[in-house]
Amino acid sequence: MLFSIGIIGVLIRRNAIILFMCIELMLNSVNLLLVAFSKMHANGVAHANPSLASDAQVFVFFIMVVAAAEVSVGLAIIVMMYRNIHSVDINFLNRLKN
Amino acid sequence: MGITTIVFFILSAIAVMSAIMMVVSKSPVHSVLWLIAVFFTISGHYILMNAQFLAIVNIIVYAGAIMVLFLFVVMLMNLNVESEPMKNYRIQLAGVVAGGSLMLVLLSALMKTDKLMVQLKDGDVGLIRQLGRVLFNDYLIPFELSSVLFLSAMIGAVVISKRDK
Repeated sequence: MLFSIGIIGVLIRRNAIILFMCIELMLNSVNLLLVAFSKMHANGVAHANPSLASDAQVFVFFIMVVAAAEVSVGLAIIVMMYRNIHSVDINFLNRLKN
Repeated sequence: MGITTIVFFILSAIAVMSAIMMVVSKSPVHSVLWLIAVFFTISGHYILMNAQFLAIVNIIVYAGAIMVLFLFVVMLMNLNVESEPMKNYRIQLAGVVAGGSLMLVLLSALMKTDKLMVQLKDGDVGLIRQLGRVLFNDYLIPFELSSVLFLSAMIGAVVISKRDK
């Protein structure tokens, strides 16, 4: 049902800090899939154990937590990189190889 | 075709279109704004599936905090269309082909699964009451660990951006 959004999120890897936004988009699509699947199987599971059906949504909550932490650190790295080389081109980082 | 189905398809269409627009738009600020649109439609999906807590958290955390952070950084760097680095067309084409084939694989895998209907509008799975009970009983230790993670991320961000003083 819902996966097309997630797939579009995966489809996307091109520019500079747009990469970061694409990572956010992928995380969100996975969140959406988790919620959808939890609701899909909620009927069967909820009778056996009501708290089991909420697990996926708790996972989504933790994914959001980790994403927020990751974005803060990643943007700090990007700002530092921009301060040093005055560009956000990821091709510049090829220089790290040598 | 109930009203929820129609709303679902409209929301999905808007989400997919904004995601595509986010990728193809040249200016980073436009890209951020399209991404905010995607997040709002995803929140709409959550509401449609009666996951109210996640819908609110999604709006507050993503559209509120993370996207403001992105916009702040984009404006701090004064990025615009001219300074936007673009890869050449062959690499772009290769990326699109790779993503499309991944989409085909995922679609074919998902077509084989048995079709269960998503439980819409009912069920108390996504309500705050239920989620809070699970979060503070079964997931208490990960919850506390995530606070430590946030603290370390905050300190790390400050240290990284302060280093070359």
